[in-house]
Amino acid sequence: MSTTVAVRLNVNGAVHELEVEPRLLLVHALRDHLGLTGTHVGCDTSNCGACTIHLDGKAVKSCTVLAVQADGVPITTIEGLAPEGGLHPVQEAFWNDHALQCGFCTPGMIMAATALLTENPNPTEQEVRHGLEGNLCRCTGYHNIVKAVLDAANVKSASLEQHPEVTA
Amino acid sequence: MSAVAEAPYVGREMRRKEDPRMITGRGRYIDDIAVPGTLWIAIVRSTEAHARIISIDKSAATGRNDVVAVLTGEDLAGDFAAPMAMVWSPPGVEIKTPEYWPVARGEVKHVGDPVAVVVGRDRYSVIDAAEHVVVEYEPKPVVVDPEKALEDGSPLVWEQFGTNRTHEWKVSGGDIDAALADADVVIEQRMVNHRTAGGAIETRGVLADPNGDKITLHSSTQIPHILRFVLSLLLGIDEDNLRVVAPDVGGGFGSKLQVYPEEVIAVALAKRLNRPVKWIETRSEAMMATHHGRDQIDYITLAANSDGTLTGCRARVVADLGAYQLLLTPFIPELGFPVMGGCYKIPAIDLTFEGVFTNKFCTDAIRGAGRPEATYWIELMMDKLADKLGMDPLELRRKNFIRKEEFPFTTALGITYDSGDYEGTLDRLLERLDLEAFRREQEELRARGIYRGVGFSTYVEVCGLAPSRAVGPQGVGLQAAFWESAMVRVHPSGSATVFTGASPHGQGHDTSFAQIAADRLGIDPQRIQVIHGDTDQGPWGWGTYGSRTISVGGEAVARAAIRVQDKAKEICAALLEAAPEDIELVDGKYRVRGSPDKFKTMAEISGAAHIPPQELPTDIEPGLEATAMYDPENFVFPFGAHACVVDVDAETGKVSVVRYIAVDDCGPPINPMLIDGQVHGGITHAIGQALYEQVVYDDEGQLVTGTFVDYAMPTAAELPSFETDRTVTPSPVNSLGVKGVGEAGTIAATPAVTAAVLDALAPLGVAWIDMPLTPRRVWEAISEAQNGGAQA
Repeated sequence: MSTTVAVRLNVNGAVHELEVEPRLLLVHALRDHLGLTGTHVGCDTSNCGACTIHLDGKAVKSCTVLAVQADGVPITTIEGLAPEGGLHPVQEAFWNDHALQCGFCTPGMIMAATALLTENPNPTEQEVRHGLEGNLCRCTGYHNIVKAVLDAANVKSASLEQHPEVTA
Repeated sequence: MSAVAEAPYVGREMRRKEDPRMITGRGRYIDDIAVPGTLWIAIVRSTEAHARIISIDKSAATGRNDVVAVLTGEDLAGDFAAPMAMVWSPPGVEIKTPEYWPVARGEVKHVGDPVAVVVGRDRYSVIDAAEHVVVEYEPKPVVVDPEKALEDGSPLVWEQFGTNRTHEWKVSGGDIDAALADADVVIEQRMVNHRTAGGAIETRGVLADPNGDKITLHSSTQIPHILRFVLSLLLGIDEDNLRVVAPDVGGGFGSKLQVYPEEVIAVALAKRLNRPVKWIETRSEAMMATHHGRDQIDYITLAANSDGTLTGCRARVVADLGAYQLLLTPFIPELGFPVMGGCYKIPAIDLTFEGVFTNKFCTDAIRGAGRPEATYWIELMMDKLADKLGMDPLELRRKNFIRKEEFPFTTALGITYDSGDYEGTLDRLLERLDLEAFRREQEELRARGIYRGVGFSTYVEVCGLAPSRAVGPQGVGLQAAFWESAMVRVHPSGSATVFTGASPHGQGHDTSFAQIAADRLGIDPQRIQVIHGDTDQGPWGWGTYGSRTISVGGEAVARAAIRVQDKAKEICAALLEAAPEDIELVDGKYRVRGSPDKFKTMAEISGAAHIPPQELPTDIEPGLEATAMYDPENFVFPFGAHACVVDVDAETGKVSVVRYIAVDDCGPPINPMLIDGQVHGGITHAIGQALYEQVVYDDEGQLVTGTFVDYAMPTAAELPSFETDRTVTPSPVNSLGVKGVGEAGTIAATPAVTAAVLDALAPLGVAWIDMPLTPRRVWEAISEAQNGGAQA
């Protein structure tokens, strides 16, 4: 495939100008072109959610979006969720509550959870469970993930101002 | 064992040391590793379940841009020194093992069999090129049902053997014939324990990187040292010229306890092309070419006296092994045999295992590996027996439990259970579940048409692989050993590194091993780093699987750390002009007993060990490190009592898990938070098998469940939060008293879930349903029971 197109990817507050194949998936642009390997790939059918990022503030599976479709749209990945050296309250809660084991689903799970809390800052357990049903985890049985999201909801409103997402 | 710190780190709920990297996207998994100049591999896979390869036309692929090479099995024939390895050779039993080459030669035996390899410069272009390799097949007869495969006249997977039966392995103790003849009650049941997938969210992947004569293989594996050993044999490369590195591994569950064709192919291509090569499995490939688990049909007979005393148990297991033998394929069904009698006193046990070839991919170890199947038999048979005798199923269990004071207890099969308190976990469970109140609620709900049920599992499992002589060549017959290693090195300024031969993939050993070492060294665990998964760093080890790592690898860490402590005391004594036996380690200080003001810190001692002062005797070797290789004297036997509560919608057949309570006993906890996490995940894995997941092949051997769309793993929305509790019964086998817990939930939970569904549906006359208990199966069972009376 020799045809390429120009695309401007606005990721974690930095703009990158790339020449890519029109078919390049956004997740591969992030991983292979920009070196942002925190966004993972776990399936080929958009079931597992390991590749979840924020596209214009909404949780999106980046294996289901072409890089060219994300042209100019603010993107946040796990690497940009909190300022360098800091942790978003959801990241902190995942650590405190042992909400990860192998860690592979974790970035996508955290990105889905943060978007969930943006839409619904005080969810019930059932709302968290249904809100995360697009993300698969094989290690934790979700118990501690759900706990972490509920715990983060309790502290999030207070600390969100101190941890705004890094977007342009 | 000698002194550990007064306020030990072992037993504390410490946040994991691994997590800051992983929650910020800085983990380093196989596909995150990039080496300049890397070529990509795509595998052309068979679309036929059984066929002769007539021709392979590579021309359209070879001419494509970015393609470097297209190679078939014949092209690569000279690159492999030996076929794929299977390591079980039980004394006196022949296991039919066909030649299995990494890329097919002449015939394919299952959908997904590698037929050719495409190498090129780009991730996408090699996949394009693979689709342009044209393979012409002559289809051959296919067999997918293991019982049909055993019938006369069945199509043969391997014609040269004249049968699809791979082997028969028997083990027995006591007089089973007399037990069955003399029993008041004998019950029988056929059970299907269906084929499942490991389902690690990270698929497999390899990156083979040559440098001069040496090749480094990065692989998402649970067994870097075994992998290097086997690769050296399969490729004819000396081990000193092979390095295997397991980076962060995104889940294993047994599916990465394997030596796979793609690992062999990658090293062979790196050697042939003298370029780094990378292959990352797609999920569709993982479903067809990463080994499956379970897949057995079990015929179980249980005999008892009319008062409920068990007298004998017989099982015949027909295990579908798939088309080839991989590393442990034929052994996995048998791995459940030591706990076939469960936690009960059964004087006669007789087991027969038959392996069968079919045109499917190989089965091998998946979380629990043989023990979930054994637990499923015995626990559900106990319920059926209680029903037959008109006894309460928990009272029947209590009547037959091995009692706390009877340990160590040797079973009819000659297996010695180390320690247990089965009444204790059941009592604790019933403190949390008010069974009388539940039964009242159940009645009230039934009156309103809501079918709620409870199921129990009082399990015992066997782990801690293993006493090498018990399972090695002259024992059970594995051509391997299962000790574990640790090297503890204290640095001159007083921090430490622990090297382990284990290779975690989510278990948290960076943290738990640091806790174990910290108490014994007098160093804060935050200043102890654990290194694993690299054959060029640290001692040889056998890897992480089978819930072995804390009880074998953790014990090795404890022993190595104690050796370092002993030397630190010797140095401290010399520095303080005291006797080594008078030095005690208290709160991180090595002090003179009775003179707490006279002490040295580990930093002072290690400084002196590395830069010896004049007062240090010259017969004390410089440096401060020790290695321990630990081969346990027995297995360990964790146990527990689980209860599952379900609601069944009788109109649709849908099952909902509404409550799950787990009381487990794995000895003294190292980090209780990590134990709970293992139990949560283990239970969920089993709920997945019991209710949703199944690898399905159709009659032509085509894989129906080829993606996560069709293979239904549970999501957060299908599950409740779990209630966990523990009792603590130390194992006498190791100094930590610990038993494994990685598989306990998976071993315990399938019978609890199935029993709960059967309890819910008892008023509708449903006596048995095979897993997975999908809405359709449950609905059909209800319809059948309502229309045709209770089934067998």
